[in-house]
Amino acid sequence: MGMTIAEKILAAKSGKSNVAPGEIVDAYPDLVMSHTATWRSASVMKRIGAEKLYDPNRLAIVLDHISPAKTEKYAADQQISRNFARAHGVQKFYDIDAGIAHLVLMEAGHVKPGDLIVGTDSHCTIYGSLGALGTGIGYTEVTSVWITGKLWMKVPASIRIVLDGKFAPGVFAKDLMLHLIGSLGADGCSYKSVEFYGGSVPNLSVSDRMTMTNLAMEMGVKCVFVPPDEKTAAYLENRLEDKSTYRPVFADANAIYEREIPVNLVELQPMVACPHEVENTKPIGEVAGTHIDQAFLGSCANAKYEDLVVAAAILKGRKIHPGVRLIVTPGSKQILLEAMNSGVLQTLIESGGLVTNPGCGACAGDGGMLADGEVCLSTANRNFLGRMGSGKSQIYLSSPATLAASAIKGAIADPREFLQ
Amino acid sequence: MESIIQGRIYKFGDNINSDVIIPGRYLIYIDRERLAQHAFEMLGDGFPDKLRAFDILVAGRNFGCGSAREQAATAIQGLGIKAVVACSFARTFYRNAINDGLPIVECPELYPAVREGDEMRIDLSTGKIHHGAKDYPFPVMPDSVRRILELGGLAEYLKSQLSGPPA
Repeated sequence: MGMTIAEKILAAKSGKSNVAPGEIVDAYPDLVMSHTATWRSASVMKRIGAEKLYDPNRLAIVLDHISPAKTEKYAADQQISRNFARAHGVQKFYDIDAGIAHLVLMEAGHVKPGDLIVGTDSHCTIYGSLGALGTGIGYTEVTSVWITGKLWMKVPASIRIVLDGKFAPGVFAKDLMLHLIGSLGADGCSYKSVEFYGGSVPNLSVSDRMTMTNLAMEMGVKCVFVPPDEKTAAYLENRLEDKSTYRPVFADANAIYEREIPVNLVELQPMVACPHEVENTKPIGEVAGTHIDQAFLGSCANAKYEDLVVAAAILKGRKIHPGVRLIVTPGSKQILLEAMNSGVLQTLIESGGLVTNPGCGACAGDGGMLADGEVCLSTANRNFLGRMGSGKSQIYLSSPATLAASAIKGAIADPREFLQ
Repeated sequence: MESIIQGRIYKFGDNINSDVIIPGRYLIYIDRERLAQHAFEMLGDGFPDKLRAFDILVAGRNFGCGSAREQAATAIQGLGIKAVVACSFARTFYRNAINDGLPIVECPELYPAVREGDEMRIDLSTGKIHHGAKDYPFPVMPDSVRRILELGGLAEYLKSQLSGPPA
């Protein structure tokens, strides 16, 4: 019987020739990512008296949430993480200057097709943008994988999403995902593995693919894949330490899918997720004019270099509305540098934006908190009640283009008005 | 963990996300009591303290969706809640609950039949929920998972597995 990408990876990592959906396997991940939560996993390890890691080379640690430390408690926690990394010889350690774990690890060449990666973050699904199986686990389970090298995993059933056509001007990967999450629901792909196919996929950039695989988490996926192609190979060309480790994993022609969902990109329009659930999506026309106090251009979903470029193209030569605070948090140090060198950063600052250090920023409640009654439009992946501050504030989600247009208008606005 | 869990239920709707269960700003804590003080506080309306009068949470679809934060399960335990029964769980919460020693049961048939304040009994060993005059069956967890729950979570399980003192 043929296998899907998830089935092939889980079979390979559990030493089996074949697996089927529903089967439970003991899988050995290639990489275990822990972010700011690292100190919790280290504390569990200490509490249970474990001393040895299965393989320090399989650990990656990135201090991205609430960085640099904003209180003494965060400082102490980060100290535990740093000391842990040093004591155990963890080479893939990235401190507060690096940026968001997911982006940092992909930029550094630690993620490649066919890898199994688990980590203390639900948006580990993003590693599927490079053909790896990424999924989130809690901090105690991270400790367990650190020590034993393995975890039990249930083989998920798979769904194909087939994309055809091209995005109309002003419509982006974020709009596609908000459309899918809105139509399928927050549990529309619960426990499933999703694979993206179709004539549109070769034209989607790696940055688009990161946005897609990141947002797919918000419809409940266990993992998600864009099958590797020339763009994947080009992205990893100068990043992988050992080029011979680039071995793409594809689904078999006779693999079994539970469902196929066709989407014609031409038919999509800019979308906005309304408070307080990501599945609460509406076409831009239905929410345009909604007042905003803050615009947040950040997060692992949409603070990549391409995202900053899209926003800057709209903001160039314009000023944001005086009633709006525009907070720009580049996803990583590399992205910040690229935006600095290309002038994108200058455009964002001259338009009235505040540029912060790279990291999770306001999406994780680090700066940019909201007061009672305030409204934020964000390029992040979650608009849950109180996520960015007051339980009486509201968060809307959009693409970077919609965000830029809205920052200028002081209210949610259609980016197509700003296209020449 | 007992295999029989009995008590009063509090009922939630669909898609109760882990940001609502415990906001990100409290993830600096890992102890039950401290987390419990802030569980569900975003909902206002007497939360979290009013939940201390209940023993079992019953929820709709996709309970615990969103962030993979393990403290969502820890905070619920801190409130004295002994089990969560939902139509379905997000996979991250499902794993975290087991790893935190919090029994969870998927039983969509039960949901429409219960109201806040009802009494019910869950038997984890036979896979039955008794409510009103009816029994609702659910799949019994594999022995390996029940062992983790019995020991109070994955950390305790790991501790039990560590063989002998280090050389």
